[in-house]
Amino acid sequence: MSGAFRIPGAGRFSQAKTARFSFDGRSYAGIEGDTLASALLANGVHLVGRSFKYHRPRGILSAGAEEPNALVEIKRDAARKTPNVRATVQELYDGLDGQSQNRWPSLSFDLGAVSDIASPLLSAGFYYKTFMWPKAAWKRLYEPKIRAAAGLGVSPDQPDPDHYSSRYAHCDVLVLGGGAAGIAAALAAAETGVRVILADEQAEFGGSLRFESGAKIDGQDGFAWAQAAVAKLAAMDNVRVLSRTTAFGYYAQNFVGLVERVSEHLRTPGHDLARERLWQVRAKRVVLASGAIERHMVFADNDRPGIMLAGAARTYLNHYGVAVGRNVGVYTANDSAYAAAIDLKKAGVNVAAIVDLRENPTGPVIDEARALGIEINFGRAVLRAGGKLRVSSMTVQPKNGGGERTIAVDAILMSAGWTPSVHLFSQSRGKVAFNDETKRFVPGTYAQDCVSVGACNGTDGLSATVDEAYAAGAKAAKDAGAKTAKGNKPKVDASESWSRGMLGAAPGAGPDTTVKAFVDFQNDVTAKDIRQAVHEGMRSIEHVKRFTTNGMATDQGKTSNMHGLAIAAETLGKPIPEVGLTTFRAPYTPVTFGAIVSHARGPLFDPTRRTAIHPWAEAQGAVFEDVGQWKRAWYFPKAGEDMHAAVDRECVAVRKTAGLFDASTLGKIEVVGPDAAKFMELLYTNPWEKLEPGRCRYGIMLREDGFIYDDGVVGRLAPDRFHVTTTTGGAPRVMNHMEDYLQTEFPHLNVWLTSITEQWAVIAVQGPKSRDIIAPLVEGIDMSDEALPHMSVREGKICGVPTRLFRMSFTGERGFEVNVPADYGQAVWEALWAEGQKHGAAAYGTEAMHVLRAEKGYIIVGQDTDGTVTPNDAGLDWAVGKKKTDFVGIRGLTRPDLVAKGRKQLVGLKTRDPKVVLEEGAQIVEDPKQAIPMKMIGHVSSSYWSENCGRSIALALVAGGRDRMGETLYVPMPNGVIEVEVTGMVFFDETGGRLNG
Amino acid sequence: MLLIRCPYCEEERPELEFRNAGEAHIARSANMAGESDDDFEKFFFIRSNPKGIIYERWRHMHGCARFFNAVRDTVTDKFVMTYKAGEPKPSKLPGVAK
Ligand SMILES: [Zn+2]
Repeated sequence: MSGAFRIPGAGRFSQAKTARFSFDGRSYAGIEGDTLASALLANGVHLVGRSFKYHRPRGILSAGAEEPNALVEIKRDAARKTPNVRATVQELYDGLDGQSQNRWPSLSFDLGAVSDIASPLLSAGFYYKTFMWPKAAWKRLYEPKIRAAAGLGVSPDQPDPDHYSSRYAHCDVLVLGGGAAGIAAALAAAETGVRVILADEQAEFGGSLRFESGAKIDGQDGFAWAQAAVAKLAAMDNVRVLSRTTAFGYYAQNFVGLVERVSEHLRTPGHDLARERLWQVRAKRVVLASGAIERHMVFADNDRPGIMLAGAARTYLNHYGVAVGRNVGVYTANDSAYAAAIDLKKAGVNVAAIVDLRENPTGPVIDEARALGIEINFGRAVLRAGGKLRVSSMTVQPKNGGGERTIAVDAILMSAGWTPSVHLFSQSRGKVAFNDETKRFVPGTYAQDCVSVGACNGTDGLSATVDEAYAAGAKAAKDAGAKTAKGNKPKVDASESWSRGMLGAAPGAGPDTTVKAFVDFQNDVTAKDIRQAVHEGMRSIEHVKRFTTNGMATDQGKTSNMHGLAIAAETLGKPIPEVGLTTFRAPYTPVTFGAIVSHARGPLFDPTRRTAIHPWAEAQGAVFEDVGQWKRAWYFPKAGEDMHAAVDRECVAVRKTAGLFDASTLGKIEVVGPDAAKFMELLYTNPWEKLEPGRCRYGIMLREDGFIYDDGVVGRLAPDRFHVTTTTGGAPRVMNHMEDYLQTEFPHLNVWLTSITEQWAVIAVQGPKSRDIIAPLVEGIDMSDEALPHMSVREGKICGVPTRLFRMSFTGERGFEVNVPADYGQAVWEALWAEGQKHGAAAYGTEAMHVLRAEKGYIIVGQDTDGTVTPNDAGLDWAVGKKKTDFVGIRGLTRPDLVAKGRKQLVGLKTRDPKVVLEEGAQIVEDPKQAIPMKMIGHVSSSYWSENCGRSIALALVAGGRDRMGETLYVPMPNGVIEVEVTGMVFFDETGGRLNG
Repeated sequence: MLLIRCPYCEEERPELEFRNAGEAHIARSANMAGESDDDFEKFFFIRSNPKGIIYERWRHMHGCARFFNAVRDTVTDKFVMTYKAGEPKPSKLPGVAK
């Protein structure tokens, strides 16, 4: 037996298999096809959670995505623990393990419920008011308390082991919502042959046909028609049907985000199945068929478990075969609840009474209810609900006052009317319009190529809905380019129809009362809270919303927004449209990070770039560091060496014999064309026209504001060809910067730019023995100092493959950078390595490279500069062509602030104690005894232990630095003040003799 | 995600392929070195940031790599038109009231 409240013969899953599940540790039986909510109700379980603020016992309000109360944790294993799952959406599978949330120690006895008694302290705006003072208490007391108390669910503490997938899709007509309207629209569009996608958030299509027992279409029961129609659609080549798929966001130009729950409903999801799939769909036309959501009645203690929406109770009965009680009361302000009462009564459930706020409504459902012998009370209100963990009674009173009467019930079905779901329409930036007659917001002005049909458009009645939707589907297809239509409009043989209802608080929960009549269940906002917000000065609905948090929970106020608005409007004494509706934002329902992130995590989070020489370095046991997307060999530790020892050894080896360094990640751009030199003149501060082919120059690139943007050595291979190098991290932006000027400011120049970073592997061979290592492998290049002086470049062959051989140095030693086609990078490296071994050469990594260049005072753009450093600040004025009349940045350099005295300038620092290594980023002061906050005059930009110098060395940006040579400055640190002396930037081989050594 | 029409590729492509490059029609002076402080300030620092129609530069970064100009409404995010770099600022905009 799958629950005592399952009614034999009712529902659509009577033949289904039993599914066992547990909730809060107790075992139950449900059936396949159930949601967790229907399975719990079948077992008579209504109490499923505690409310957010007051910890009040809560039950199941709805049967769909709008659920604000029944949020549970679903646990498959320690890593697959999903909090805040709506029990009304979670499909049951055998073995499902659910837990209630926000209660301690147990659901029926929750100590946190004391906040219900203390609720006057927690009224609207309590976040803002209570914790305003004192400031210190916020950090220590309030915030931790709130964080602990505000727990709706607990996140899993292990990485998500599942995978998610992501698809892009294009279609002509995207239909969102698979009720009668959506299906009719999809049929009309699909029959024309255009590409159609039909999506619905439920496991089964049908929408309200799931519960409307009175619907008949094409001679069939409405729900059966829906299944047949969707099966027909699914079989068409031009149609994609997506169930369990929620459209959560409607973005620009008909771009819609949907999440498909692929395996959340399966007992054992296979490893080949994604957990969820993100669909990003671009549609020529969108048909919105998102339906309507029923509103609850706002009366005292309307949150007792067992009180639910009438339509939900009807869904549980007609779809799942579950009675939500044995003796139910009905509280309504419109006709639709009567249909629920009639269906339940016919199924054998006692309907204690219908309480209808309306004075003397008439209509077939009322007649039918009366004929079934149901007691009907017009013009009466439910004053309050009795019971605590489950509703036990409703107290009824004529709405204009009079004697009270208490009726025993075990469930109350309520309906204040239906709110069109304009969420997606509103997200599309369409403007809603208020229909004063029906008191609802419906789509008004459209901003995108979409159309709303059925209940979400304020269209009442199945027949009108199908007519409207079918016509809209056909028109959408035509607008998207369809030629012909063939097919037949579904014929509605019988339908249900209702509209109207009421907004705001019911009698008994009016302004003169202090009862807890909930408007927003998920955030515990009452009618009184909304009135209080207005009394405290909130005038705009956006302010009321933030002050009370009405509609700000994860349910986004699907059931509460209209009530909240009506109460605010009434209190303000303004008509509803003047108070205005709050903005609907994506996502419509919560979306997991997994679905958004999809495959882009772990190693696939960001591409990894490896050089041609990477495998060799890896085999040598190199330690790598991340530089942008690149993996760079950081240092090459030998057995027993720590980083410090390895770097010291590598630095000494380079200056003593030679070192090999993989410089392949350097950005490389080829600038080619008759105007290449002219272009270089404009993009770099240096002069280029007179640079002879075969020679190199250190170039500085500025932005127009005069600050250093990038630097690098440039070789002129031919009059019309430059081989430009950039910093590793700067390559893409330098290329973009060059292209920008070439395409838009200097389009008259005949120049071509090509990124060649990945085409050339670069092996730096630096040190006194560097030429001896290279020379035996080179063909066609005279390696003598006369033929190949420092800062020159030659093309020839090395190891039989083409090379661009640069004589240049980033270490201050005699040095070369061997460029070879990347495919030969490792082979040439290995050949050079073999030669190097004869001379005792070492491989060195980026850390030694940094130390060696700092010993020579060579800057690294982005480390020693920060986007506010001019060439003059960096001591590089010599690289700015004084006779040039134009280059990017020429005007910026003469701005008043850039030529002012006292600018921060790059200098060297030596600590008084040579053993002390400064911290990069440390601040520098003149007087360490001054009061805090001290006046900072600069900071350390580079700092290392230099084994070659036998001491620490540092570069720093210091105000007026070059006028402070020999001055003593101070670096205050947590463990004391470090005394430093300002020096020049070159710490090793000041004369530069070693470049030819 | 916006769809942007590249005037060189003559195709609408997703925004992912493009990169915004700031306001359009801000010409770099032919005599840059001789610009006054005020003129340089206008050229480098001052941008119109309008509510409504903006003329801006885009680059079809992951397509043809060309820079081009676009007219976009900053309120609706809708592109009015796109045109090639170097072409004059359009005097008439399709579908936009003066
Ligand atoms: Zn293009």
